Amino acid sequence: MQLGFLVDLRLCMGCKGCEIACKVENEVPLSTWRLRVKYVDVGSFPETKRTFTPLRCNHCANAPCERICPVSALHYIENGIVNIDKERCIGCAGCVMACPYGAIYIDPQTQTADKCTYCAHRVASSMMPSCVVACPVEANIFGDLDDPMSNISKYIQEHQGNVQVRKPEKGTDPHHFYVGGGNVTLNPLASFRGEGHNLFNNLTHLPIGGHH
Amino acid sequence: MAHEIIAATNAIVTLDVALPGIVWGWIITMNMWAKSIGTGIIFLAFFLLKKYPEQTAFIRLPVVAISIVFIHIFLLFTVVDLHQMFRFWHIFFYPHLTSAITIGAWMATGFVGLLFGMAYAIYIKKDTAMYDKLLGWTTLLAIPVTLYTAGLMAESTARELWQMPTESAQMILAALLAGSATMILMGGNKFSDPIKKDLGLVLGFSAFGAFLLYMSEYIFGAMKAEEVAATLEFVKGGEYTIMFWVGQLLAFITPMVLVCLSLKKQSYYLLKIAAVSALIGLWVSKHVWLVIPQLLNMS
Ligand code: SF4
Ligand code: SF4
Repeated sequence: MQLGFLVDLRLCMGCKGCEIACKVENEVPLSTWRLRVKYVDVGSFPETKRTFTPLRCNHCANAPCERICPVSALHYIENGIVNIDKERCIGCAGCVMACPYGAIYIDPQTQTADKCTYCAHRVASSMMPSCVVACPVEANIFGDLDDPMSNISKYIQEHQGNVQVRKPEKGTDPHHFYVGGGNVTLNPLASFRGEGHNLFNNLTHLPIGGHH
Repeated sequence: MAHEIIAATNAIVTLDVALPGIVWGWIITMNMWAKSIGTGIIFLAFFLLKKYPEQTAFIRLPVVAISIVFIHIFLLFTVVDLHQMFRFWHIFFYPHLTSAITIGAWMATGFVGLLFGMAYAIYIKKDTAMYDKLLGWTTLLAIPVTLYTAGLMAESTARELWQMPTESAQMILAALLAGSATMILMGGNKFSDPIKKDLGLVLGFSAFGAFLLYMSEYIFGAMKAEEVAATLEFVKGGEYTIMFWVGQLLAFITPMVLVCLSLKKQSYYLLKIAAVSALIGLWVSKHVWLVIPQLLNMS
């Protein structure tokens, strides 16, 4: 079994329901996020368009975070999820440096690394990840990539030619796909990121675990 | 940071969360800097004791003392940077062998053990033969201890500025630079002219080699990967430009010039200024190189 995610960006309407559901389900502390939806505006007035991109851990098959973790706190479980053992983590932040997608943060409460686990605890009880349940337009599709009859596999087959992953050149082999994405939505270097774009405008960068 | 914006898209992030800032900051710079001195002085001691055994016999005790002090500064800052420092022992009980951090921690532990063996040999047993034997092993182990941070940087996928094998070469050159500078300052005027000349040459050539690598990356790095191009913008007119050039000037350019002058004028005084400049500049240049890839948005 190889669990994977797919987001159809053509359906996503940026409601941030998934973001909030994730926060609640996983008790993600203030100012940190396992999953977030980034808004990028494209074009020049009046020809403008707003794009929405949910961003979470890709559960890479060749995960740099797992490789660099000195204590195997980040580890694979049999369904392909890259999970984290917070009791074992020593907080070296090697994984934060190694993840090419900025998917890991240091939890300010536990002072350990944390990230999206595809809701491994829910999956273990045969439930869908909470973001999937919360999405009103079913833009999040979750399932077994090894099973050709799963929803996600069928979706990938149907949209051949329009399925992307983030930063494929990094060789991480992500198990998180996007349909209808493009350079602007998937490449962070392709959009301008000024100050004052975030939810809390006087907070532009996060302190890391009290070290600053 | 927007490296690939085109007018056709004019893409602007209009709503997002705040992202983490610098994760590995000055504490890790201290770690790398102190380690360069702690292992570098061992390389230089091995060289001098082989080439000038009679004249450099007095360095045995101060060398091991300096190395122990700086390796412990390195270890202290390594542990202090952990967000769960009291779990440090997990590295030894749950080791993950693909991680350069694990390998480095083990190597450094072995290195410290050998250093204490050398201290015992020279301070308690007064046995120079035992010291020299241990020094050989310590020098060998100093190589991976010096290099493991480069491995760690190489494992940081997407921080493309940190490339292997360039970082390995930089780490070794930094150790030789710091080791020769410390030896120059430690030896006072007790060294003969040929030894001073050798130390000056090691300092000058390691400064030259490191400067060459930095400049190669500065000029050509941007042509290889978009992340490198975007990262280098922070030192090409960006917020770390002055700090970058201060580091290059103090760590490499000044020592190169002063070593040439000191060799020409036979002035040990100039060599000492070069050594101080190199040690200060090394901290600054390491810090800039450590921090700038972290300023890049990963998502
Ligand atoms: S996206 Fe990042 S955190 Fe998730 S598995 Fe890949 S490297 Fe690890
Ligand atoms: S911060 Fe924790 S999970 Fe991340 S690499 Fe270090 S020990 Fe592993």
